[in-house]
Amino acid sequence: MSEEPLWNIFINASLVNNFVLAYFLGICPFLGVSGKLGTATKMGGAVMFVMLISSMCAFGIHLLLEAIGAPFLQLISYIVVIASTVQLVEMFLKKMSPALFKALGIFLPLITTNCAILGLALFQTNKGYNFLECLVYALGAGTGFTLALILIAGFREQLEYADVPKVIKGTVLTLIIAGILSLSFMGFSGLGN
Amino acid sequence: MSNTTGHIETQSTNEFLKGLWKDNPVFVQVLGMCPVLAVSNTAMNALAMGAATAFVLLMSNILVSILRNVIPKEVRIASYILIIATFVTITDYAIQAISVELHKSLGAFISLIVVNCLILSRAEAFASKNSVLKSIQDALGMGLGFVFALFCLGAVREILGNGSIFGAAIFPDNFQPWIVMILPAGGFFTLALWLLIFNGLKMKKSKA
Repeated sequence: MSEEPLWNIFINASLVNNFVLAYFLGICPFLGVSGKLGTATKMGGAVMFVMLISSMCAFGIHLLLEAIGAPFLQLISYIVVIASTVQLVEMFLKKMSPALFKALGIFLPLITTNCAILGLALFQTNKGYNFLECLVYALGAGTGFTLALILIAGFREQLEYADVPKVIKGTVLTLIIAGILSLSFMGFSGLGN
Repeated sequence: MSNTTGHIETQSTNEFLKGLWKDNPVFVQVLGMCPVLAVSNTAMNALAMGAATAFVLLMSNILVSILRNVIPKEVRIASYILIIATFVTITDYAIQAISVELHKSLGAFISLIVVNCLILSRAEAFASKNSVLKSIQDALGMGLGFVFALFCLGAVREILGNGSIFGAAIFPDNFQPWIVMILPAGGFFTLALWLLIFNGLKMKKSKA
């Protein structure tokens, strides 16, 4: 695994094994905030940021837990770290950049229960990446998440004015679009490996 | 409900039934989507995942309900997540002990039960405000509703994508499996189909 070039890890995480469209991680915010292009972009940015920080923390914690021989604490410590990272980011932004803080609003605290973040921490541990690979993996996953969110939001903004049967409107329509997107992302499967 | 049923009994059955059908966590509330889509590629995986989630839901609902007067309001969400994470770790190790093969096919998604919005939302919206008995009924109803929904998806995907149910072939040999159904895209399409059916039923009912 450690022989894998960094570029490959990035392409793998963002396109080939897109977190939303291939692993189904982070579906809740995906369905929830993908109605408008603006909010989708901001949400993607916030998620990528938290992913990077919590990926670094998870790397350290994994080493620590290995050292003291308590792997069963992995899940609990990861979730605590993610929750506190989100809290820290929130406090930091409030102090340093109130404008950005206001723009992100409710999405910031909601990131704690985004399974893409915890999934990323667990996957990177399973794959045994080193520190640099972890960072690239987090960056790729965040890019993939943002890309999927922006794509869906674009479609949904267009479909707002389309004349579709009432029974199919809303979640059903979004799911069908997501399915078609997922099919088209399968076209990338030859790229990474 | 028949008239002979007592008032309290009626209420408790309602608590149980609402999760199963009227407020079904997947088809009506659209909660906990990630595991629903990810591990519903065979009926067996879907059932195992549903059972694991229902167990965590039941145990954490009980504990949250017992501790509801002890936990300070400010740190309640963090406490709920810690309670849930503890039970998920127990479940994770239990499944590994029972069947390594099953543990492998469910992969990281057992650990990801921690961030299943369904469990946190029941803790916050129900167990933190109601008695232990009621919370148990609520958890059983919601849990079974979740299992039911997962099974609906898993069965459709396995029958169409693999031509089998619980690993036993049901179609004659010349059946061409729809590979797309066991791929990620099939998960989205199948869920869309079930939501469509539920929406249709709801609209028909509200018209009548």
